[in-house]
Amino acid sequence: MTDAAELRVRTRKLLDEHPPATTDRTDFLRARFDAGLAWVHYPVGLGGLDAPRALQTVVDAELAAAGAPDNDPRKIGIGLGMAAPTVLAHGSDEVKERFLRPLWVGEEVWCQLFSEPGAGSDLAALATRAVRDGDDWVVDGQKVWTSSAHTARWAILIARTDPDAPKHRGITYFVCDMTDPGVEVRPLRQITGEAEFNEVFLTGVRIPDAHRLGEVGDGWRVAQTTLMNERVSIGGARIPREGGMIGKAATTWRERPGLRTHALHRRLLDLWVDAEVARLSGERLRQQLVAGRPGPEGSAMKLAFAGLNQAISGLEVELLGDEGLLYGEWEMRRPELVDFTGRDAGYRYLRSKGNSIEGGTSEVLLNIVAERVLGLPPEPRNDKDVAWKDLAR
Amino acid sequence: MTETTAPAEQPLDLLYSETEDDLRAAVRALLTDRAGPQAVLGRIETDSPYVPGLWKSLAADIGAAGLLVPEKLGGQGASHREAAVVLEELGRAVTPLPYLTSAVVATETLLAPAAESDAAAALLAELAGGRTVAVLAVPLSTAPDAELPLAEPVAAVADATAADVFLVLRADGLYAVPADEATVERQVPLDLTRPLAVVTTGAGSGTRLAGPDAARAAVRRGLLAGAGLLASEQLGLAEWCLEETVRYTRERHQFNRPVGSFQALKHRMAQLWLDLVGARAAARAAADALATGSADAPLIVAVAQAYCSKVAVRAAEECVQLHGGIGMTWEHPAHLALKRAKSDQIALGSAGRHQDTIAALVGLEPPS
Repeated sequence: MTDAAELRVRTRKLLDEHPPATTDRTDFLRARFDAGLAWVHYPVGLGGLDAPRALQTVVDAELAAAGAPDNDPRKIGIGLGMAAPTVLAHGSDEVKERFLRPLWVGEEVWCQLFSEPGAGSDLAALATRAVRDGDDWVVDGQKVWTSSAHTARWAILIARTDPDAPKHRGITYFVCDMTDPGVEVRPLRQITGEAEFNEVFLTGVRIPDAHRLGEVGDGWRVAQTTLMNERVSIGGARIPREGGMIGKAATTWRERPGLRTHALHRRLLDLWVDAEVARLSGERLRQQLVAGRPGPEGSAMKLAFAGLNQAISGLEVELLGDEGLLYGEWEMRRPELVDFTGRDAGYRYLRSKGNSIEGGTSEVLLNIVAERVLGLPPEPRNDKDVAWKDLAR
Repeated sequence: MTETTAPAEQPLDLLYSETEDDLRAAVRALLTDRAGPQAVLGRIETDSPYVPGLWKSLAADIGAAGLLVPEKLGGQGASHREAAVVLEELGRAVTPLPYLTSAVVATETLLAPAAESDAAAALLAELAGGRTVAVLAVPLSTAPDAELPLAEPVAAVADATAADVFLVLRADGLYAVPADEATVERQVPLDLTRPLAVVTTGAGSGTRLAGPDAARAAVRRGLLAGAGLLASEQLGLAEWCLEETVRYTRERHQFNRPVGSFQALKHRMAQLWLDLVGARAAARAAADALATGSADAPLIVAVAQAYCSKVAVRAAEECVQLHGGIGMTWEHPAHLALKRAKSDQIALGSAGRHQDTIAALVGLEPPS
């Protein structure tokens, strides 16, 4: 079993052989991957050492102390958090060897082709078709809310391969080449004025069968790997008091006494308390994870932060008065990174509207809490055992 | 954030230890056996809602009365973390017992004076052993930073009818006054599980335990611990309300379905669960901050009270509403939880009062 001491030895060896100061960034990251220090819980030969996941912090700390470059995980979050675990769990050996190294190093960006205009909360109703043609599949359809599609080399894609089966059973999971001539990416402008996301039109896109992950018709189950890892990859770090959006509102309150009213004071204090409690809840969740006792509280955090961000930013715009009437700029931009607390209060107010929609709407998440955590009975459903082609659309 | 106004953070342990889990199991077993909803309902309109012998079992036999008291002073040498777990269970069962008043507020009040005064140390040992019940003679609504001392007679003193001794803050110090030297007039409380009374102790009666400055600090310390641990009582109460509501709405059928399958109801219960996640983190934070003597404790206690008092009331109100007609009856225990939650909202300082404390501590001042 690989322990912390051995990881330190291996990390120092990597640093000795590839001094960060004199090594090209990409070369260093490739060497780190090949040394098994990329994600230590991955298998040997695929960037890891089959070590406990918790030991990654040992490696990261050593490398950070030595000033080594990292793979800028914020920019390749979909690849690291969603594509990689799915490729690892369901890909063939060839697929794993082909994709994981450039994914982790960041040489190849990934995106996720899941949501569709007609399949949001009801993702399993998706209509993008994949039809077998010799050794290939031919894909036609439209995807939406795709971040990084305009920079991505590869995509994880779910498509309908059997319209006669009930919706959950006729889906297959693929790796899609974003340079295929049938892939057209268009920016999707959102209420903030900018375009973080894209619409992706797929017309006669050819995918070799070798790039299928999991069995034909088993794509829904494979997608659960992706979506479960989406939740795990969120959070983890300690947040200081007033570390989130509340810090912005509190600072404005402190620095600009002329804006204060009694009614806003009460609302600010209500939200300050809620934000501090949400922070403590996140800290408690972190302690549970560290202790190896994860609870269902993780699903609470996204819901709590969505509501909080919306309420706090709404308060902030109101507090700003005349200034709240203004907006930074409406020019259509394509931000590389999204910072929910970045830019001005108006932007925060508008962007946070997405927090209760993206990654599962708050309404769907409340259903999940009610049914999976509290054990309440599901609503009666009429869509589970009906052929997909016969569903209302 | 501004480093100058926000107190430095301490790393807080927000989990439950195995010892705490064991203590919880022991307390829950005792209360389930001896103080179930029907037992409580059967007593609340009698002269005493307290189940006979239950205090001895909890305070002396389990040793819960001495959790805050060092062993050398006759206690268990545990901490607020363990006492908080006891209060979670007492909140769950809405048990009439003078635990918060005697084993937390009065006991904590005596901790500092016991180092200086033999009389205080002797009384503290009696409390820690569960042999004596002492109650601080202040209204239940008194916040940790309230104006002190208060004029007699003192109304709305909680658990006064169970007290053997009153701790009385006077201009010249803290006094212990035997209950039989005081006048105790019962009031009709909203929450029948926590009796209230008007207490009068004659000037000069009792034994002085501390001088004026030490007395004031001691009382504030007692009230702060009480407010912080009240959050755990509120957490336990809210947890019971949610569990009971989930259980009932899974069984109750209308329109040929369990009513708990309707999204309109499920979302309300899921929202309560979210509130409970927060309440647990806040209550644990308060207990741990008190246990470690954190400089942050006054702020975290205020946060826990401002949050948990609201959650307990909402949980109890939802419990009544989602139970439908049965929730409105005297027979169903939901009203015990509702009345306790509503009283707890006022106890040891209202949410608004605690918010004012927060505003002052973190520099979010009101308009001038």
